[in-house]
Amino acid sequence: MIVDITKSFPGRMTIDARFAQTLEPPTVLILFGPSGAGKTTVLRCLAGLESPERGRITCWEDTWLDTAAGVRLPPQQRAIGYMAQEYALFPTHSVAGNIAYGLGALTADERQRRVVEVLTLLQLQGVEHLRPAQLSGGQQQRVALARAIARHPRLLLLDEPLSALDVPTRSKLRGELRTLLKQLAIPSVVVTHDWEEALALGDQMAVIHEGRVLQIGTPQEVFSRPLNAEVARVVGVETVVQGRIIESSNGLATVEVAGTKLVALATEESGSAVFVCIRAEDVVLEAVGAGATSARNHLVGKVREVSSLGALVRVGIDSGFSLSAIVTRSALDDLHLAPGVAVVAAIKAGAVHLVPRRDGMATVTA
Amino acid sequence: MNWIAIALTLKLATLTSLILLVIGLPLAYWLSFSRWRWKFLIESVVALPLVLPPTVLGFYILVAIGPHSPLGRFYTSLVGHPLPFTFEGLLFASMLYSLPFAVQPFATAFDQVERRLVEASWTLGVSRVKTFFKLIIPLSVAGVVTGLVLSFAHTMGEFGVVLMVGGNIEGETRTVSIDIYDEVQALNYAGAAKTALFLLAISYGVLLAVYAMNRKVWALWPQK
Repeated sequence: MIVDITKSFPGRMTIDARFAQTLEPPTVLILFGPSGAGKTTVLRCLAGLESPERGRITCWEDTWLDTAAGVRLPPQQRAIGYMAQEYALFPTHSVAGNIAYGLGALTADERQRRVVEVLTLLQLQGVEHLRPAQLSGGQQQRVALARAIARHPRLLLLDEPLSALDVPTRSKLRGELRTLLKQLAIPSVVVTHDWEEALALGDQMAVIHEGRVLQIGTPQEVFSRPLNAEVARVVGVETVVQGRIIESSNGLATVEVAGTKLVALATEESGSAVFVCIRAEDVVLEAVGAGATSARNHLVGKVREVSSLGALVRVGIDSGFSLSAIVTRSALDDLHLAPGVAVVAAIKAGAVHLVPRRDGMATVTA
Repeated sequence: MNWIAIALTLKLATLTSLILLVIGLPLAYWLSFSRWRWKFLIESVVALPLVLPPTVLGFYILVAIGPHSPLGRFYTSLVGHPLPFTFEGLLFASMLYSLPFAVQPFATAFDQVERRLVEASWTLGVSRVKTFFKLIIPLSVAGVVTGLVLSFAHTMGEFGVVLMVGGNIEGETRTVSIDIYDEVQALNYAGAAKTALFLLAISYGVLLAVYAMNRKVWALWPQK
């Protein structure tokens, strides 16, 4: 997929998005950015619901948009499945009616068969005669997804698929959604402002800020190696490493990351593969041999690099895996931090975020 | 009571509201969905009969369809007689006169249909026309019925335009309101009272039906 579009709105920022991404069947491409960054507009341009002033969108061999050649394919002709943020289920139709809505080209028999197929795939049997308003948030989300995939689209476009759900449901459905997207074998583009969602769902991730695509790569790559300070600020999480839970009890989990053990708050079962995420501002640096603190994690490492952020300093530490800390300039001086100096990084268990990732993610070898 | 006038008026009102349904729905759809920046020009023209004195509107229609206008000449060459002072001429005038009473409730209803539902339909491969019938109309039934009923009721009671364009020909253009006027001129108050009561009853019944169906105050003009 090649996207190069300009879209402006009177009185608002201009979207000027450019990216190219191969979309092999189950690839999940995340459009990540803070709210108001223009992710939804980019997705709507892909769906054909917004018409950019200038640009090109090609998806596989099809040209969806080419303003120079006067090509503007309407949404009906793009063979997409689009899911809007609040799902936009038709209140006039039952669950089955919603799913069958776009299947007008099929015979009644085929349509019925397809509806049953999709209902089964999304475990919606038993609610097919209900109206959308009678469903829970999670069920509505699945109906919206069922409706979007019923026509066998070539590409799925999902706008904040989980944000309309309450937090516990959201984290539960995050894993289910990833499994489903992989199972469907349809490439998808997913808009989210939630970095945990980006890590849990994405294979590739494009960071969008103020209407522009700043970086594109695997989520882990983008989080741990932001291209520049702007990306780092947008993603906000500096350390993202792969780990595995080796023990889990009483809401505390021990995670092994590259031979180092970390304590985190988590309820995932032991054995789960996870992304371990630590924000640089949550990492406290101490001199080696300092007394006991309440922080559960004390990692001994060596300073790898020091880079200035104005009043603050980013310190890269090698503690078995690479870890970032942000400290003040005075702390840097007090601790005599310089490349090669030994230091202890203290991290509270609550600051170690675990993002589970379902499909057989490779165990870490470091 | 003048049953000929009543029958004529009912026929006129029915045909007017049916024609307005056919013309008004696409017009209202365009008014509601178009992002054209000069749309307000058309909106104002549609609303004009609401504020224009019926005699002024009637005068212009009379001139526009008269034997000296291109439209009038064209019609005469087509059917053999001129349009003014015929039932067809009256129908044409009623249609223009009642246009806002149909189009505005339609457009208000369409404005209230959530755009994301319409967009969802488009992305499901359903054409704009099919989306209109499959989704937008079912979501706007109350507004469509309101527009139909209001244009019907409004045509039932028109006077000035009828007088200007239709005149007063028994069985052809003499509507109920003209008949009442005639009766009063002839000092036949009893006859006028009966017909007037009939018109009052029909108008009240129609409004009762509309309010009961909507169960909330309807706006004549799109609220957005």
